[in-house]
Amino acid sequence: MSRAAIIDAGLFATLIAVVLVAQAAGEPFVITLATKAAIFALAGVGLNLVLGYGGLVSFGHAAFFGIGGYVAGILASHAMSGQPVATFPFTMQGSNEMLAIWPMAMLLAGLAALAIGALSLRTSGVYFIMVTLAFAQMLYYFAISWPAYGGEDGLSFYVRNTFPGLNTFDPIQFFAIVAVLLGLGLLLSALIVRSRFGLALRAARAAPGRAVAVGIRPFGIRLTAFVISGMITGLAGALYADLNRFVSPTMLSWHMSGEIMVFVILGGIGRLAGPLAGAGAYILLEHLLGGVSEYWQALLGLLLLVIVLFAPGGIVGMLNGGRGR
Amino acid sequence: MSGPILEVEGLQKSFGALKATDEVTLDLRPGEIHALIGPNGAGKSTLIKLITGEIAADAGRIRFEGQAIDTVDAAGRARLGLARSFQVSQLVPDFTALENVMLAVQGASGESFRFLRPALADPALIEPAAFHLAHAGLAGRERVAAAALSHGERRRLEIAMALAMRPRAFLLDEPMAGMGADGARDLTALLSDLRAEAPILLVEHDMDAVFALADRVSVLVYGRVIATGSVAEIRADPEVRRSYLGEQA
Amino acid sequence: MSALLVAEQVLNGLQYGMMLFLMAAGLTLVFGVMGLINLAHGALYMTGAFACAAVAAATGSFWLGLAASLAAAAAAGALVELAVIRRLYARDHLDQVLATFALILVFSETTRWLFGSFPLYLSLPAALSGAVSLPGGLVYPAFRLAIIGIGIAVAAFLFWLIGRTRLGIRIRAGEADREMIAALGVDIGRLYTLVFALGAALAGLAGALVGTIQSVQVGMGEPVLILAFVVIVIGGIGSIRGALVGALVVGMTDTLGKAFLPQLFALAMEPSAARAVGSALASMLIYILMAAVLIVRPQGLFGARA
Repeated sequence: MSRAAIIDAGLFATLIAVVLVAQAAGEPFVITLATKAAIFALAGVGLNLVLGYGGLVSFGHAAFFGIGGYVAGILASHAMSGQPVATFPFTMQGSNEMLAIWPMAMLLAGLAALAIGALSLRTSGVYFIMVTLAFAQMLYYFAISWPAYGGEDGLSFYVRNTFPGLNTFDPIQFFAIVAVLLGLGLLLSALIVRSRFGLALRAARAAPGRAVAVGIRPFGIRLTAFVISGMITGLAGALYADLNRFVSPTMLSWHMSGEIMVFVILGGIGRLAGPLAGAGAYILLEHLLGGVSEYWQALLGLLLLVIVLFAPGGIVGMLNGGRGR
Repeated sequence: MSGPILEVEGLQKSFGALKATDEVTLDLRPGEIHALIGPNGAGKSTLIKLITGEIAADAGRIRFEGQAIDTVDAAGRARLGLARSFQVSQLVPDFTALENVMLAVQGASGESFRFLRPALADPALIEPAAFHLAHAGLAGRERVAAAALSHGERRRLEIAMALAMRPRAFLLDEPMAGMGADGARDLTALLSDLRAEAPILLVEHDMDAVFALADRVSVLVYGRVIATGSVAEIRADPEVRRSYLGEQA
Repeated sequence: MSALLVAEQVLNGLQYGMMLFLMAAGLTLVFGVMGLINLAHGALYMTGAFACAAVAAATGSFWLGLAASLAAAAAAGALVELAVIRRLYARDHLDQVLATFALILVFSETTRWLFGSFPLYLSLPAALSGAVSLPGGLVYPAFRLAIIGIGIAVAAFLFWLIGRTRLGIRIRAGEADREMIAALGVDIGRLYTLVFALGAALAGLAGALVGTIQSVQVGMGEPVLILAFVVIVIGGIGSIRGALVGALVVGMTDTLGKAFLPQLFALAMEPSAARAVGSALASMLIYILMAAVLIVRPQGLFGARA
């Protein structure tokens, strides 16, 4: 295995190890933290596909994270209340089952990515950044002003959704579900990047004129990557809502978009398991620095500044021996 | 197929008040090398962009193998077999020479929406790519990153990628750009061989290469073709001498 | 729905648009001249607002506060430019986004540490606290009219600055070809710091003005920043004229939409549903507008084609 692959596998193994140790030591809170890190990592894996490999600076991925979360929240709360989610064009009931919620979350997030991507990819550079940010903000304001699902206060649903054969309330079992999904996400990401599609995506990023000259249309490639990316991040959102049994417009905020980007950058963009390193580091920082001061995000900001200005390869970049982006 | 491979008819393009392309008509016949020469600012780049499909003409028609391609986009024209090389090398710097050509093979096949099988281990991409690299004189340099190749090797890589496009015609934009005398000579020999693959529309400043290679020459000045003919005819043409070649040609 | 009500909302839209223009002008200048996307622009808006509130509270004078907002924002802008932004000009947009996002975190949390999380309120200056009787019978707050006036004055100032001064020539040349003006001996460093500080001052001014009619609190800048982005996408990057037109369009659309869409829907639906649908749609209206511009003219109304 290459050095990069060893690091990727090592990071994933570290995550599992941390949880097993916590389970043995009777520290369920640590397991919950690790679950949060894994969910954030999955969100970052989605973004990394378009950001790291596609070179598209999407500052609106919270849109997909939030859509995934709200799908989970809406389906679950309707399952609790017994009222159908929709009666037209066909009756759709709520659901408490993860296996039903996840496809729905991914589908809707994917559709949103298709719409947002089709419009945003008509632009490039700075415009693209601003437009993706704007569309996510649009959804944020919509969620705030739509009263049916809590508006600004958000939506709580008190039971954790179900998975056949498992007790999802048990922290380590829920973590297992998340870890498997993260693993699948990493695997899918690895396959895509090494595939013909991945080759075209990377070419479209590095030399778009050349891609066109060999008969590849960057728009279609990028839009497809954007949709896949949105679906992965949407799944992470559904899991996040389940973790907290709560969803609110905050999941759609620009701050969330920035955080997802931070996960990817801290870990190193364009590195497969970068988001895992980044999310883990973020959760760790939040926990450690948060204990020092409630203004810990200022310190995070300074750290981020230092990394951007002086160590652009991120954590994985440093592990891999220096700057290699 | 006996008619011209590429026909450009009455092409016009203006940028505001500037008429960059002024009623340009020319064609590219099978088996020939047709050179396009002219002073800087003559509109050669604009003409290339019109033919490759990067920009749309204000008026006129372009036909490729008898079919009108005015509404076909640049990627589509590449897939039809209009293989181009760039004046300033456009390579994927992090890919190796082989990977760059594999990209071209993939693009020509139109099968970029494959998500699961690894591309870089696929013999369907590797074998043709290695073949074209060798044809362009880069055998042995397959695993070198494009960014690490010498200038001359990069120009050859451009040719290799054009070869990988199943070319029905080549549009080569100053392939000699930046080449020293030896490199230019070798590249000239390569281009002469290329003629057997497909006809070449060759945009060039290097007059030695043009006179050595061209079957026909068209001269572009201020967006207009002022003369088309054999090398000897062009060298003797008074208007060409006045506008471009100078009296000593 | 009376004519007076519509007129009032139109003026509100104008006022909102002028405030957006102040934000967007600085942002588009910085992008046009330096090629830099600056997410921390909202933090400078907030800085101006807090400076105004703090100085006004300390001295009892709104006008001193306003002056302080300009000075503080410009100073903060210059400082940030020298310390951080300077290193980002050569970097790609991702690095710029991340670094300026990091600056937002630093600014926001530092401000929260200094001033707390609760909103501060400014009182209107005595001279502008009343209402003005306008022709047609409309009575409109003087302060809001002043904002419109300030916006027009700033627009005129910027058009004069860009169009008629040496600095303006350097700015326009810099927008067209950065390397060239450096080669021509223009002190790029100083020019950039100046442009950045100017943009910051405008943002700070906007923050102080809006802070006076609403409130001053941490995080007030980012929603406005994103709106400024929408303005720039609609108007076109690098164009002051685009910023002005875009800002007025966005300001009017948003204000009139929020004021009248629910009522429009009430014609066809029952009131509570109309209010929900109407206000939800109104909140999305400007983004729908932006999407429409993207479809028809992706480079914006006055932007240069890429």
